[in-house]
This record gives sequence, C-alpha cells and structure tokens, in this order.
Amino acid sequence: MRAAALQLLIAAILALAAGSLLAGPVWLSPASVAGALADPQPNLAKLLIVEVRLPRLVLALMVGAILGLAGAVLQGLLRNPLAEPGLLGASSGASLGAVIAIYYGFAASAGLATPVFALAGALVAVGIAFALSRTGGTLSLILAGVAVSTLASAGVSLALNLAPNPFAAYEIVTWLMGSLADRSWDHVTLAAPFIAIGAALLALTARGLDALTLGERQAESLGVDVARLRLLALVGTAAGVGAATAVTGAVGFVGLIAPHLARPLVGHRPGAALAPSALIGAALVLAADVAVKIAGPALDLKLGVLIAVVGAPFFLWLVLRVRQVAP
Amino acid sequence: MTRLSLADVTLRRGGRFVLESVDAVFEAGRLTAVIGPNGAGKSTLLEVAAGLLRPDAGEVLLGGEPIRAIAPRRLASIRAYLPQSPRAEWPVSVERLVALGLSPQLPAFGSLPARWQPAIDGALARFDLLALRERSATRLSGGELARAMLARAVVAEPRLLIVDEPSAGLDPRHAHEAARQLRALADGGCTVVVALHDLDLAARIADEVVALKDGRLLAAGPARDVLTGPILTALYDMPVKVEEEARDVSIRFGD
Repeated sequence: MRAAALQLLIAAILALAAGSLLAGPVWLSPASVAGALADPQPNLAKLLIVEVRLPRLVLALMVGAILGLAGAVLQGLLRNPLAEPGLLGASSGASLGAVIAIYYGFAASAGLATPVFALAGALVAVGIAFALSRTGGTLSLILAGVAVSTLASAGVSLALNLAPNPFAAYEIVTWLMGSLADRSWDHVTLAAPFIAIGAALLALTARGLDALTLGERQAESLGVDVARLRLLALVGTAAGVGAATAVTGAVGFVGLIAPHLARPLVGHRPGAALAPSALIGAALVLAADVAVKIAGPALDLKLGVLIAVVGAPFFLWLVLRVRQVAP
Repeated sequence: MTRLSLADVTLRRGGRFVLESVDAVFEAGRLTAVIGPNGAGKSTLLEVAAGLLRPDAGEVLLGGEPIRAIAPRRLASIRAYLPQSPRAEWPVSVERLVALGLSPQLPAFGSLPARWQPAIDGALARFDLLALRERSATRLSGGELARAMLARAVVAEPRLLIVDEPSAGLDPRHAHEAARQLRALADGGCTVVVALHDLDLAARIADEVVALKDGRLLAAGPARDVLTGPILTALYDMPVKVEEEARDVSIRFGD
C-alpha cells in the first residue's frame, strides 16, 4: 500500500474523530475540551465527552472497521465484488434477535437485552448457514447464507406485521435503521470482545485469500485449506458483524463499499486489502455519524439510513462498472 | 527423491468409473506426457497425482511416502500443480500473480521478503514476461496468462510439476518456449507430468508417455514405444500414422 494513501487515511480518521468529539447538540471548542479534560473536578463537558461522545466514537470506529474487514474477507473468499457481510446471514440474524427482544418486551426490562439477543441471533443464523453448507463448497455457503437471511428477514416482517401496538413497530423500525445515538460504554464492552475475536479470525485469512486469486484448485495446491478458510471467514463474520449489528442496528453498504475503495490502493491483492478496508470502513461510519450529528437532533437522521442513501447510488455505479469490466 | 507412483488407483464419480485400476510411475528427472481423448480421465489422473483428489482405492506414493500423509503446506513446497485454463480472479499485477507461487514459503503475515525477488525475476524472464510484469493479470491475452501461470508454477523451483494442457492458447513460438522450459526443468531433476493434446509436442519433449482411454491405462512406457500408429489408432479410434524423419516425429490423423 502506498504510504501516502495510508497516511491520508489515518489523518482523515483522526480529523473525523476530533470532529466527532466536538460535534453534537452542544458544540464544544477544542480549547474547552482540553480544559474540561484537564480539570480534575467532575464537570459537565468532561462527562459529555467521556460518557457520551467517546463511547460513540469508539463504537463507530469498531463497527466500521469490522464491517470493512468482513466485507473484504468475504469478497476475497467468494471472489465476488458484490459480496457483503450480510450475505452469510449475520446481519439479518442479528436483526431478528433484536426484534424478538423488542417484540417480547425484554428490551424494556433490561437495557442491553436488544444487543445480547441480536448477537445471539447472528450466531444462530450463521451457525445454521454453516450447518446447511458443511459438506458443500463455497457456492452452497452462499446459497445457505441467502436462505437463512431471507428466513430471518421474513421473521422481522412477521414481527412488524403482528406488532401488538404501533409503538413496538416504531421501535423495531427505528432499531432496524441503525444508529449510534445514545450508546454507552456498556455497548462497547459488550461488542468489543466479539469484534476483537472476529477481527483476529478474519485477519488470519489474508494469505489464503491472496492464493484464492488463482481459484480454489490452485489455492489448494499451494497448501491453502479452503474449508478452514471458509470456517474462519464464517465464524469471524458471525462474531464481528453480529456484535457490530447488535450494538448499532443494521448498517449496510459499508462492508460492500470499503473493499472497493481499498483494493486499488494495494494492487487488488485481496489479502493486502484487509487492513486498508478496515480503516476505510471505520472512516466511512465515523464520517456518516459526524454528518448525522451535524444534521442535528431536530432532523434525527439515522446512521444506517444516511449510509444507505449515499451507498445505494454507489452500489448502482458498481453494478454498471462491473458489467463493463467483466469479460 | 521425488519419484511419484500411482498403484491401482480407482476413482468413481456418480457410479461411473473416471479412473479404473490405473498404475503409473513418474520418475525424477523425466518428463511424462499423459495423452488420451477428451473425457479419458487425464485431468482427474493429474489431480490424483498432485494429491488434490483422494482416490476411492489405490495408493499414490511420493518419494515412497503416501501423498495424503504429507502435510498440505510441505507438499505445496515440493509440488506445483497447474489446472487446465487457469484464471486470475482479481486484477493483480503479473509480478504479484507469479509471486503467489511462493505462498507455501511465506509467513502468515507481512509482505514478500526481498530475498525472493531474484526467483520472481527469473521466472518472469524464463516465460518472456518481463515487459508485462506490471500489467494486470485480467487484462492479459489467453496465451500471456498461460505463460504467467507457468511462471507462477515454477517460481518456487518445485521438485514435482504437474501441468494440465500447458500449451493450450499459446502461439507456436511460446508453445515451443514453454515446452523447452518444461524440458529444462526435467533435465534439472524435477519430475514433470504434463497432460497434452498436441502429440507432436509430446513426441518432441516427453521421455515417457501414459495413454489413457475411458479411465483405463491403454499403454505406458518410453515415448517412442507408445507413440506408435497402432496404439494411437486404438487410443483415438481413428487411423493414425506416425512418421519418423531423422530425429523428428510427425503424427498424422486420418487416412
């Protein structure tokens, strides 16, 4: 990867991180942040930064990075530029878990019930996808993932359809839009271990993904255990993306877009694209969250909606371009 | 030693025999051509010989060791395998594509160590790819890609090289050149196994020939003994004449 591009990317993330700490319903100046943090006495600005804005910033970075990483791994594994983390059922499984928590009222009685149920939903969905595709190859994994995703989405629709009152339906829809608002350190501590484990598993696929550039047969001849690679990608995605979706709701497109922006930086090597894709994913989610904050609470723009609105045209452009480039 | 031997290898697919009690021996330093009509089981035999496909019965020994007992990574550092018409799935540069042949030798993380650069440059030079090294692999012509894949296969100096149809898509000059490179590898002590449709090429470069028909071994032995009119006529179910002029052999199909 070109050093200049890496530096630019890190500089962008730092600038966005600073913006994320300053922006909000109450705008802070860099001087007041420094003053508040240096002040040994508890004060409102310090509380706001440490308890509200910092966890939100950390979550944005974590979630964006794991979405970008998982997207790059899945696109490399499936050798398909249209693959994204939701393909294997992790996102829709998480959504169904969250919806169950909201629908049955667990969410109202325990604050973290929604993310815990969502995480369980993601793991169960990917577990089913894996069980269905255990003996088959990559294609059967995709088919099983799509089947499980569809089933989970049907469950979500059913819950909306049968919602006991409009408020439950509203809550479900709001959760599905994806947001980083009102998240605390509890959300960070819930998601962080799973995201860290997921990222570690996904990072282990790098060399194998490079070899897959030559196709599965040649990769196997180069000593790559393709079945193990699939398992790493699957479990890594389930843990990482499941946890990310659990704490933020459904955030689409990042996992699809980030790898496309990362690949040209590394000569299109799928293994080398993992780290830049994670950085770009983090930058994208953080940028979207800063934009949401700048739009303000009055507009109450949801993170997932903003990313989808910007991401969908990109997706369209991608489809057109792939059609041109494909032989 | 990298003597490769297949003993009584049988493989079924959907109840049909793809290979039926095939015995074959590939000696170190010899180039063996596997010939036969379409669907004879050549590619399957090569995959079994490469240790990528487990036969239903029979044994594959590499240097006296059962090939399935060799760890994939160690096997990969000894043996290179190139399937028929390989494709590049991402637009990586030709140089990077060739470097993928070094995968078994690389650590799990990190970039390519500089000490491998001479091997990559050598492989690029041997297959006339120096001018194309920065070109993206998905923008190569069929023949250029075939050469890049051959360079990828030989970059790690394998002791056993198994190639399925290396001359497909190559122009006469590069087919000749690729054949010369495979011959040179065998002369350097490598065990080379090549599936070929071009029998003139087989006659020119092969020490041994294995002829397969309908999954069974029809004939095997020194090239001169197998590439004969009667055997080839039986192999392809059509009249074949083999003419020898000085050291050149030409094979003609039809009456």
